[in-house]
Amino acid sequence: MRHEISILIIGLLAVLTTASIVATILSARAPKPLSSTLVNLTQRINAWWVMVALMTVAFFFGRYGMTILFALISFAALREFVTLTHTRRSDHWVLLGMFGIIIPFQYWLVWTAWYGLFVIFIPVYCFLLMPAITALHGDTERFLERIAAQQWAVMISVYCVSHVPALLTLDVPGFEGRTLLLIAFLIIVVQGSDVLQYIFGKLFGKHRFSPNVSPSKTWEGLIGGLVSASLLGALLSFVTPFSPLQAAGVAFVACSMGFLGGLVASAIKRDQGVKDWGHLIEGHGGMMDRTDSLVFAAPVFFHIVRYFWTV
Amino acid sequence: MNKLSLKTFTLLQTVTSVGLSALARMVTGVRPIWNGSLPSERQRIYFANHTSHGDFILLSACLSERERAITHAVAAGEYWGKSRLRRFIAQDMLSSVLINRQWTRPEENPIEIMLSVLDQGHSLILFPEGTRNMTDEPLLAFRSGLYNLSTARPEVELIPCWIENMSRVLPKGQFLPVPLLCRVVFGAPVAVGPGEERRAFLERAHAALLALNPRPERDD
Repeated sequence: MRHEISILIIGLLAVLTTASIVATILSARAPKPLSSTLVNLTQRINAWWVMVALMTVAFFFGRYGMTILFALISFAALREFVTLTHTRRSDHWVLLGMFGIIIPFQYWLVWTAWYGLFVIFIPVYCFLLMPAITALHGDTERFLERIAAQQWAVMISVYCVSHVPALLTLDVPGFEGRTLLLIAFLIIVVQGSDVLQYIFGKLFGKHRFSPNVSPSKTWEGLIGGLVSASLLGALLSFVTPFSPLQAAGVAFVACSMGFLGGLVASAIKRDQGVKDWGHLIEGHGGMMDRTDSLVFAAPVFFHIVRYFWTV
Repeated sequence: MNKLSLKTFTLLQTVTSVGLSALARMVTGVRPIWNGSLPSERQRIYFANHTSHGDFILLSACLSERERAITHAVAAGEYWGKSRLRRFIAQDMLSSVLINRQWTRPEENPIEIMLSVLDQGHSLILFPEGTRNMTDEPLLAFRSGLYNLSTARPEVELIPCWIENMSRVLPKGQFLPVPLLCRVVFGAPVAVGPGEERRAFLERAHAALLALNPRPERDD
């Protein structure tokens, strides 16, 4: 596995270095003051250096590192989500429970590989008990809206995100002890697809995909991004249990889900009248701005691998 | 106070302020938005909306360490002076200035106490509503302290600061904070105009603070 990890890290460093060099040249040639797109590009690339460094460190701590890292990502994402929704004073205990009980317990289930409870804890127990607690408080003002927002917040930020470290619990014959590479594959392909969609969109984007939801998403960006991300998946098949063709197919499905995740996140932001979820990551916005695609891709990727590749 | 214990107290206050600011950032990711003024070490009175005990911690977390060291929150003596423990927390750990709203003796005069802090070159954090706002109103009417301080020390800048979301993080009667993102919006300085009446000024300062609320429709 060391061999594959070294190749991935060298590859990522090469891509980031190239990106930084290109951005520096573009900025040096461009008229001053720099356009906001160029400033934002540099910020984004710098943030990518930090994110890749953090991921790499977490990687070297293996299961510990991944479980803790994604629990923290869930925390940051949930905080952004709940901040945007309508909450009332009587929601206090439910909100505390979301942060203080649901996140730790869900990641404990990931840690202990208790699959049976991991898949139903949130959609069965939390989804039934959270509205019950809210009802017990006796405050019915905008009740359905409040409980729906709470459930969707937990679904997106905790349940979906926790499927990334849960990949480590899968038992793929002939792939023992290498499941960390599944996480690397998923993240590189999905985040790569975001970047490729951005590049194709900026270079060739003409036809808007859904002007009402997200003005920055174009058909050219979508098609160019999905095709090139699927190719990237095929290229990376050497770190996975998949054949190159299978890897391209899995990458295509994951990145399509990722695109839909970005679309849904944009719709929520638009509905709430904000541009970004937060300000955690310079140039990108909040944690949810960076993970919206991963959130939709992770559970589907998890279940594809589980259904077709595990015993 | 002898030299040694003075040192201990300074250390205690520094540790408390660094620790609380770090905690506030971890829980709320608090971020200052400078919308009309800039960070500065010049003498100021920061006046803010008040909904939670966490308010001044959030506000001071937005200041630089040096500013924080010379900025004191003004707190109610009736509440924070009640027991030795409360007094220790408020005065020794948080270095707040305690004032009594129902004062009788001349040395208890709140304005005199606040002026004496200003005269040491320090800055103040003031909640001109006078109490935590538990109503549905976004901002209660101001008490006159702000006007009195400003007319007595016109060289001190008055900076309005809107603290967002803190009432949701730590609602009334709760002691465990829910982690939600908070921002503090710092507005342009407000000053008493030549010959301006007390009531007119207080209403203007009130409006200036209210205008900073970035998401007025969200208040409930």
